[in-house]
Amino acid sequence: MSKEEKKVNRRDFLFTASYTVGAVGVGAVIWPMIDQMNPDKAQQALATTEVDISSIEPGKSITVLWRGKPIFIKKRTSEEIAEARAVKLDDLPDPQKDEDRVKEGKDEWLVMLGVCTHLGCVPLKDKGDFNGWFCPCHGSHYDVSGRIRKGPAPTNMEIPKFEFVDSNTIKIG
Amino acid sequence: MSEHEYTPKSKAGKWFNDRLPLLTLGAHLTDYPTPKNLNYWWTFGGILTFCLITQIVTGIVLAMHYVAHADLAFASVEHIMRDVNYGWLIRYIHSNGASMFFLAVYIHIFRSLFYGSYKSPREVIWIIGLMIYLLMMAAAFMGYVLPWGQMSFWGATVITNLFSAIPLVGDSITTWLWGAYSVDNPTLNRFFSLHYLIPFLILGLVVLHIWALHVPGNNNPVGIDIKKPSKDTVPFHPYITIKDAFALLVFMIIFAGFVFFTPNVLGHSDNYIPANPLVTPAHIVPEWYLLPFYAILRSVPDKLGGVILMFSAIFILFVLPWLDTSKVRSAVFRPIYRQFFWILVIDVLMLGYVGAMPAEGIYLVLARVGTIYYFLHFIVVMPVVGYLEKTDPIPMSISEPVLTGGAEPSLARKVNDKV
Repeated sequence: MSKEEKKVNRRDFLFTASYTVGAVGVGAVIWPMIDQMNPDKAQQALATTEVDISSIEPGKSITVLWRGKPIFIKKRTSEEIAEARAVKLDDLPDPQKDEDRVKEGKDEWLVMLGVCTHLGCVPLKDKGDFNGWFCPCHGSHYDVSGRIRKGPAPTNMEIPKFEFVDSNTIKIG
Repeated sequence: MSEHEYTPKSKAGKWFNDRLPLLTLGAHLTDYPTPKNLNYWWTFGGILTFCLITQIVTGIVLAMHYVAHADLAFASVEHIMRDVNYGWLIRYIHSNGASMFFLAVYIHIFRSLFYGSYKSPREVIWIIGLMIYLLMMAAAFMGYVLPWGQMSFWGATVITNLFSAIPLVGDSITTWLWGAYSVDNPTLNRFFSLHYLIPFLILGLVVLHIWALHVPGNNNPVGIDIKKPSKDTVPFHPYITIKDAFALLVFMIIFAGFVFFTPNVLGHSDNYIPANPLVTPAHIVPEWYLLPFYAILRSVPDKLGGVILMFSAIFILFVLPWLDTSKVRSAVFRPIYRQFFWILVIDVLMLGYVGAMPAEGIYLVLARVGTIYYFLHFIVVMPVVGYLEKTDPIPMSISEPVLTGGAEPSLARKVNDKV
């Protein structure tokens, strides 16, 4: 082979162009194959749920299903709110104020995703070392604000997007 | 492929074999020169092939009666158990078959570890074997989800949530795996599809596994290279086939014992409760064959760290041929390694035990000690012992210690026992 043949020639250009077009084509075929596994329109359509909360007594909670996952709705007593707010942020693995986990003026209503942030089990209410929730799977303790206090879970239980439609109804999602 | 040319006797056979040499392949498999001292630990390859075929055949039958839908799956499994002719038998064979499959594969893997079968020139056989093992775990996990009981649902939730530990993209990956915002009907559907696919992928890898085995030939209890064919070898058929068949028979008796007398002892009673996304069972445990890895996962007080360590526990096995620095294959001639080998066996069994126990108190301590030793064994013990160990003298051939009485009588007896 002489050195002149190493120059970029017509054939090299054709190879590169063909590979590029081929790669785009392969990508265009692969993406639908991957994306078909994402939640479909029917799943996305279940994205909001309205809940009547008028019958919940103070100190009690209910569990509703939203997008296949449990949502805890708890009407907290004033003692419970005080307890949640007395906690120092330094004591929290995932520091977050109780005020930031509820809607302003609706401090008694804790609405959160009832899913342990470790590996997705449903924590049990009124259990654990912090008067809140306890996950039986791998032993995570949450407080009355749903914040992680002890155990392997990395973050506080998530607060979903929700709003008060009126004083007796909330819309989740 | 073959050491000698094979020519079919009949004219038709020759005509066909010239066009597709299947008969040559058959002759190769029959005459395949095998070390004559293979002991019963070498029969698990055949046993595993039997397990795979059993799972495929019973699985295809179950798929004829099963419905992969979140509202119908549980009822369809009960329908199989109560209404379908012999459905109970076929399902119990399939569910216990998974356990028997893993029992056999663990013996097969530890056989390899003891006799150094993973070492040069058999690294590729070992790696293909590990790929089969990974696919087996995926298939077993997805299969366990299909009855859509409480353990199915929550097992699926916990395992898929492992991927949420991945920084940044974890949640998107988990949602993508689910096809919903939690484990739901789309998840069940795709798990069924993949559960049906994976055994055939395994079958393909098994062909490669055996092909790669037939290039250097079998390792053997003495662990030395042998000339093939020679007085150290016997033809695969009938010598090895009959030994494999006998071992398989014993294995099938144990298998049948589980199927007919305690078909549910290896399962979990909570899986006879239909899946409920609002209530997690008080005590979630995976199937027994995944318990050591589960113990490793729980031994780490950090979500991402636990997941990384659990996957590392499997993937470290892929580099094992390069972590082991000893030139001697068989632990029969490695007095120090042999002891560490048994410590590893005990360690893995202990991890399995604490994996089934609650992750607290003494169990958590044991899990941590066990996890640390597991990694020390591969990262420190194997390279260091390989360098420092003074190995016992190795015979020149399999026959030598037997025929000459051997330079070392104890050694000769040891080999003799296994012939």
